Amino acid sequence: MDLFATAMPALGEAFGMILQPAVLGYLVLGVVMGLCIGVFPGLGGIAGLSLLLPFMFGMEPLYGLALMVGMVAVVPTSDTFASVLMGIPGSSASQATVLDGFPLAKKGQAARALSAAFSSSLFGGLLGAAFLTFFILAARPIVLAFQTPELLMVTIFGLSMVGILAGRVAVKGLVAACLGLLVGTIGEGAASGELRMSSYDMPYLVDGFALVIVGLAIFAVPEIIALLRQDKAISDRQVLGGGWLTGVRDWWANIWLSIRCSLIGVAVGVIPGLGGSVVDWIAYGHAVQTSKDKSQYGHGDIRGVIGPESSNNAKEGGGLVPTLLFGIPGSGSMAIFISGIALLGTGQIEVGPSMINNNLNFTYAIVWLLALANVVGTLICIAAAGGIARLTNIRFALLAPFLFMIIAFAAFQSRQEIWDLVALLGIGLLGILMRRFDWSRPAFLIGFVLAAPAERYTNQAYQIAASRFRRSMEEGFDYLLSPIVIVLIIVTVISVIAGLRQAKNIQAEGAVNSGGKRAPFLFLVAVTAYIAIAYYDAATIPDYARTDRVFPVFVATVGLIGCAVLFIQTRLKPETDPLFADREVMDQRDNAYGLWQTLGWFAGLLALTALFGFILALAIFLLMFIRFRAGKSWAFAILYTAAGIAFICTMAALLNRDFPPGLLQSYLDLPWPLS
Amino acid sequence: MTNIFKRSAALLMTVSAAGLAAPAFADGHALDLSGQTVEWIIPFSETGGSARWANFYAPLLSEALPGNPTVVVNFMPGAGSTRGANHFQELEYEDGTVIFGSSGSTQFPYLLNDPRVRYEYGDWNVVLASGTGGVVYLPADLAGALEEGGIDAIAGENFIYGSQGATRLDLVPLLAWEMLGLNVEPVFGIEGRGDGRLMFERGEANIDYQTSSSYLSGVTPLVEAGTAVPWFNFGALDADGNIVRDPTFPDMPTFAEVCEAAPACETSGPAWDAWFAFFSAGFPAQKMVFLPAGAPQVAIDTYTAAFQAITERADFAEISENTLGAYPQMTGAAAEAALERATSVPEEAQAYVIDWLAERYGVVLE
Repeated sequence: MDLFATAMPALGEAFGMILQPAVLGYLVLGVVMGLCIGVFPGLGGIAGLSLLLPFMFGMEPLYGLALMVGMVAVVPTSDTFASVLMGIPGSSASQATVLDGFPLAKKGQAARALSAAFSSSLFGGLLGAAFLTFFILAARPIVLAFQTPELLMVTIFGLSMVGILAGRVAVKGLVAACLGLLVGTIGEGAASGELRMSSYDMPYLVDGFALVIVGLAIFAVPEIIALLRQDKAISDRQVLGGGWLTGVRDWWANIWLSIRCSLIGVAVGVIPGLGGSVVDWIAYGHAVQTSKDKSQYGHGDIRGVIGPESSNNAKEGGGLVPTLLFGIPGSGSMAIFISGIALLGTGQIEVGPSMINNNLNFTYAIVWLLALANVVGTLICIAAAGGIARLTNIRFALLAPFLFMIIAFAAFQSRQEIWDLVALLGIGLLGILMRRFDWSRPAFLIGFVLAAPAERYTNQAYQIAASRFRRSMEEGFDYLLSPIVIVLIIVTVISVIAGLRQAKNIQAEGAVNSGGKRAPFLFLVAVTAYIAIAYYDAATIPDYARTDRVFPVFVATVGLIGCAVLFIQTRLKPETDPLFADREVMDQRDNAYGLWQTLGWFAGLLALTALFGFILALAIFLLMFIRFRAGKSWAFAILYTAAGIAFICTMAALLNRDFPPGLLQSYLDLPWPLS
Repeated sequence: MTNIFKRSAALLMTVSAAGLAAPAFADGHALDLSGQTVEWIIPFSETGGSARWANFYAPLLSEALPGNPTVVVNFMPGAGSTRGANHFQELEYEDGTVIFGSSGSTQFPYLLNDPRVRYEYGDWNVVLASGTGGVVYLPADLAGALEEGGIDAIAGENFIYGSQGATRLDLVPLLAWEMLGLNVEPVFGIEGRGDGRLMFERGEANIDYQTSSSYLSGVTPLVEAGTAVPWFNFGALDADGNIVRDPTFPDMPTFAEVCEAAPACETSGPAWDAWFAFFSAGFPAQKMVFLPAGAPQVAIDTYTAAFQAITERADFAEISENTLGAYPQMTGAAAEAALERATSVPEEAQAYVIDWLAERYGVVLE
């Protein structure tokens, strides 16, 4: 076979290339750095690769590739730590892991969840690399077959996962997804540049919210606040000894699930333009749909960890296809990877259409490095898992300020403005309320992630199809209804129907009892009000920019219909109906502190930052929090504060980042890090 | 590893040679940036062409500046680069450790009176101007029709073009096609020119343009495979500001030549003047490096000498080929002249384009 005749010698050559001690050394260095970056919530491959870029210029190409590939490959491995142990998505690729990973940690099975996740990550990474080895030679026509209508259908398929994650009241999930979509459309429209829910007087909103901030705000902030209010350790049970072997066995028992989810990861990664942020949700939805007993999902079902974790490492392999073959980055980190490659050596490796013909050996070297990095990264993670899992036994009041410090730092990286922190806290409050009233946060997030591609592909497909129809009816239909589109439509319809039928049994975020009618009703009013305002705001966009109007108006209309249905149900249903779920009532006994009191600490940090800048504010915050909220001695508080400040400054110095300045800094010139 | 050392040695020699030649150094006045960190603000994300350009220059600049400061690129994306530019406008010169990299996308809003623009190019001090060119290409079947029947043969075609927005650099090709009498419908919302090329490769778009370096790396293989055929490029400016053939593509006609030959198109009059003004603003000095307002002459001279030393390196052509292409990297008086051309368009040209944008695309810049 021709394919093999070209591939085999290059494969052998690539293998020889990477099996040099120096290359392996750089690979391990990259892996270790990638693991460290991935551990911190909100920091992912983009931050890590930016850190490496200055060293890439003129570097021996193979060494540079080893360093960069090592780093990119393992970020989705180590981001699992935060997702499982803290309930904080370590990066956008492991948001779905939180749903079942964190409940497992709460049960004291953190080590089991982690090792199952790492085994799945390793398997996904290896399968992705193996697939890539053969696929990359034949991938070009397949990638090109995905035209705009196909991309639109893939996006809609992703949105259909809302069906399975909608929670007990499907309409609430639908409205949550609409809300997410609407929040995703805030800012300048992609087609005509018209503003939605923003104005040039508020420049921050013009660019919309960053995924990092929304992801952290919707999942991490509510979880931190909730745990703080209970004032105990994450896991009230002893960590199970030797749990990691159980995790590996769990993975082996679900090997087929792992294979399927890895393939999903590769497939989504290969298609440029969708971004990897949704692949974990698709894998999670798939895992739930194909399980017989769904009752444990959301309470700590190991399959809910294996699915997303298999897919997110496989995605990196898939994502290399558009990057290497077309020079089109599939994600933010891949974009930096491309500019890094351009700096290597004398720039002889050129990513793009000529890569396969001119640099097949380098292409395979990248694939092999990817596989090897996954192995090394997983071994390190499994070795560290048992120890790190003990974090779940520490009293949370001591962990929370540290976590909040890192989250605030990560959020600030998105735009380097104090508004980043305001957005984090503001959307965080929304997350807290959604959690309290059992509105599906995954549905919201899926909506947010897919808002931009859904709108873009709808407009583009419409425009191109209109042009084809002008030529002839036949050409138009040929364009819109390709075989891939039809298959995707069928899959989506099946997924929605199956999802809605099963959604009632799946409580992706755990069970919530119902309380009184009043509080849930007020929240519903607030959500409806926002959707109504968004509708009005979009509807007033003038005709010449209608491409920026259609999508938000459509989504808001669906959302308002959903709200109307909910209002009617509010009148008819008794107080015990799941419609009136209210976590506040259920958790009353466990909560040692009030919501506003706890949130006040973080609002205080924000206010202090606005006045004195981040570092000074952080020092005051840490000191006060440890002394008064955690009730430790002054000496302990001072030590804790010093350690915290030193840590964040080291990290910022390494990553070459600044901190948010406050009012003080506009009057006084202070040296870094106070500036 | 060894070639790095070789190159550094060569660089040291170049730097010292340049240092002797440059008047600022001969007088013994130069900034000493030892132990300092130079912050290079790029008003785009880590993923765009400006990032690639800055990442290429940053390590070279670090070597070339006296005292070898660390040069870090600080990405400050937002509002189509106006946010970073507005931020830079507010900075006063302090010690020469902050520089700014602008691009055509920063220039155009400035020229079109975008309400978000609060910066003034006249306040800044240019120390480097990098030029580029642009190539328009067609699918093989349309190129064949064009070859046989001239421009009339494709005038009736429904052209689809993947565009980043009519007020961006895409303004230049869109206006050119309109002048040629083509019926081009831009599909907006493309995130980068690479996505536009992918749309062309998928057969959804049937006309496209790329800047020279991405044309060389991304489209040349398609041309070799026979799926794409170059049509014309925008040309280059000579020292007197006349359009001449692009040195990177000496065998390819320029837009001026194609326009001359087309019955619908004229190389004079308001449309041509507007196109020429915006081409001159967007391409021959597409990316520039600035010191902030109030920079003293010694700082300007130091940076000018550093960039000059970089562009005069013996291996510059070789190492810059893939990132910059074979275009002038201008410093000193040449850079100032380029800045002048890039940031001043005649009022009529400005009014013409603003009207055209409003009428053709409904874009209102208020």
